[in-house]
Amino acid sequence: MKNRTPSTSPGELQAAVRTLFGPIPLLGFLLGFLVCVLLERALGEPLAHLLKLPKMPVLFGTLTISKVLAGLINSVLRGAGFHPATLIQIPMTLIYVSLIYFVPLVVIGRLSARAANRAARAMQDMPLLLPALVHLGLMYAVLHIWAGASDYRLVTLKLTLIAVLVTLSLNVINGYMGEFSCSHPGFMAIGAYVSSLFTVGLFIDSPVLGKALVDSSIAYLTFPLALLLGGIAAAAGALLVAIPSFKTRGDYLAIISLAFLFIVKSLFENIQGLGGARGIAGQPPWSALPVIFAVVVLGVWFTNNFVTSILGKALNAVRDDETAAEAMTVNTRKVKMTAFLFGAFWAGVAGGLVAHELRYINPAMFGIQKLAEVLAMVYFGGLNSVYGSIVGAVSISILGEALRPLEILKWIVIPLLLILVMIFRPTGLIAFRDFDMRRAIGPK
Amino acid sequence: MPFPAPFPLPPGEHPPMTLGFFIQNIINALQWGSFYALIALGYSMVYSILMLFNFAHGDIFMVGAYIGLGVAIVLLKVVGTGAAALMPGWAVLVVTILISMFLTAFVGIIVERVGYRPLRHAPRASAAITGLMIGIILETSNVLFLGGQRLHFPQLVQSQTYDIGGIFITNKKIMIVLLSVGLMIALHQFVARSRWGMAMRAMAYDIVVVPLVGVPINTIAAMTFAIGSALAAAAGILFGLAYPVLDPYMGVSLGWKAFVAAILGGRGSIMGACIAGFMLGFIEIMTVPAIQIMNRLFELNIGSNLRDLIAYSIVLVILVFRPHGLFGEAYSARLRL
Repeated sequence: MKNRTPSTSPGELQAAVRTLFGPIPLLGFLLGFLVCVLLERALGEPLAHLLKLPKMPVLFGTLTISKVLAGLINSVLRGAGFHPATLIQIPMTLIYVSLIYFVPLVVIGRLSARAANRAARAMQDMPLLLPALVHLGLMYAVLHIWAGASDYRLVTLKLTLIAVLVTLSLNVINGYMGEFSCSHPGFMAIGAYVSSLFTVGLFIDSPVLGKALVDSSIAYLTFPLALLLGGIAAAAGALLVAIPSFKTRGDYLAIISLAFLFIVKSLFENIQGLGGARGIAGQPPWSALPVIFAVVVLGVWFTNNFVTSILGKALNAVRDDETAAEAMTVNTRKVKMTAFLFGAFWAGVAGGLVAHELRYINPAMFGIQKLAEVLAMVYFGGLNSVYGSIVGAVSISILGEALRPLEILKWIVIPLLLILVMIFRPTGLIAFRDFDMRRAIGPK
Repeated sequence: MPFPAPFPLPPGEHPPMTLGFFIQNIINALQWGSFYALIALGYSMVYSILMLFNFAHGDIFMVGAYIGLGVAIVLLKVVGTGAAALMPGWAVLVVTILISMFLTAFVGIIVERVGYRPLRHAPRASAAITGLMIGIILETSNVLFLGGQRLHFPQLVQSQTYDIGGIFITNKKIMIVLLSVGLMIALHQFVARSRWGMAMRAMAYDIVVVPLVGVPINTIAAMTFAIGSALAAAAGILFGLAYPVLDPYMGVSLGWKAFVAAILGGRGSIMGACIAGFMLGFIEIMTVPAIQIMNRLFELNIGSNLRDLIAYSIVLVILVFRPHGLFGEAYSARLRL
């Protein structure tokens, strides 16, 4: 029962959270969440009805609360009609969230802590793969049941998972290697187009790419191949950015990568064979939740192994001082090349996933706005950190969804929040933190 | 994220190919390049001093254009239009530009104070993020307060077309090019001759030691932002003069391209930013006739909207062979992480 990190300023809240959750291992949390989502599936609708909520809160109540607040703001700003009675939804939503999520999590987590710790300790001696699979299986079960409640949740969850992959792959270049690469949406675009070209061109009748060449009922088995091709194509495109990076760094590389982004976007806009500015539609719906979950887990696993390897540590050396790294026999060219190709590969895979989730791509999706979004996720979550990327992608995605009722005001709230984070934690929320699977799933 | 609307492109219709046609295009390119050059100056000056790119600069350009719109409308109300006007159109234009430059300078100062000063010792990438976010806030506030529809910039100057041996030049184009070149020369004089300019140059030379001898770093930084924003405001009004439709996202596209021009010019080089701005405008405008000629000669069918592709490919090639820009010196850029 040891505290993992010594706290710098032990606030009251932090201490309370620690006493509540401190002795619970990850296994216990996952069990708790499993009970939560099962409870919501069984009791969510009746409870929401009982609490006089219009419907079950979909996103941990945040969406419901921000909808009420948006109504309030609208009535102040534009004089729209506002029923003060809807204000009661805010405490009701909080009650709902604490009854469905918080209380079961604490209760089950605490009750099962002893058993979960024993199980975790038992699994410690096994090969890492087995406990990891157990945890991932539990996690998938939780997500699956949670997302099963509505299509909205499913789409949000899928896009969030993809965002994790994109953020992490950009973190390899921007965080671990310390470049400021702006080309990531371009890599995603390449991945999305190439994988769509493969799947739509071969298996689907499309107005853009012509009739299906192969008619097969097990075509979805080739989806990994499509993703792989997308990733490889994106990595090949990354050569265009990686080779100039031998000679130059920092701002000039930022521009080269930015120019690359514009070139890719313009290229796809102008190739009429790929639908031009209208893009390609009608991808087969192969980005199911298990596929995305598996690919993202694979991506996180690969990335974590990469950045903790010797080659990965060389990334940090290149970032901190390229000359010194070279003097210490780090092959900087190889390092830079590997990092760019690696990051671009996973961005391309993520692009393929996005294409088959939205089932529609066009060049405008991969522009400056996408770049700002991905950069925001990386720098919000934290540089040089797998945890940070996950936290950044998840929190910006959920924030974006939760604040949707605020409409245009959302684009003032989110940037302001990011500015504040940048001012008070310039490297992001959870920067420079190693991710160790063995420690994450170990007993407390 | 809100999606940037396409900004008005330079005129696409062209008369048949003669020498006059080329001169015509060169004049168009000068006009288009002067927008880039004026905006690029703001990026470049901030960069030379703080080693940071002000990513909100494109949106400051947009704010400048809108402030210019407001000032112009008020001025036209005061002065009156048509024959009863108290001032000729060009005088109104100059006054509008001066007032808007003054007002937009404060926008720049606020941006520096809010987004950049707290991050002076943070990693540079963090400041880039705050800049991007301030840009989004500026765009969104514009949509919020002005409703997001495109607004018409009032015609301050009656358009006149001169026909010089088959070459058609409008008085607006001449005015735009002359005014922007004048502003560039004024800036150069200021930086090269004045005391403040000397402080700026010193700060660009060494940001660690120069403040130790008593040059106020915050004042200089704020002044740099103010000057850059003022130039962006001038560019915004001149842009409104040429393409009189303003929309909240006009700064995104133009701003990023000007940013590319600033880098292309070389690290913090004022001269470089101007020349690279004109060059980028030149490349963008001249691609269209070049493609037309190629199509005619080789009977190809290349679309003329390959403009961006070709322009950025040229930029990429230039940067591969001159990694530090056209006028930049080799230096080792390290992210202060």
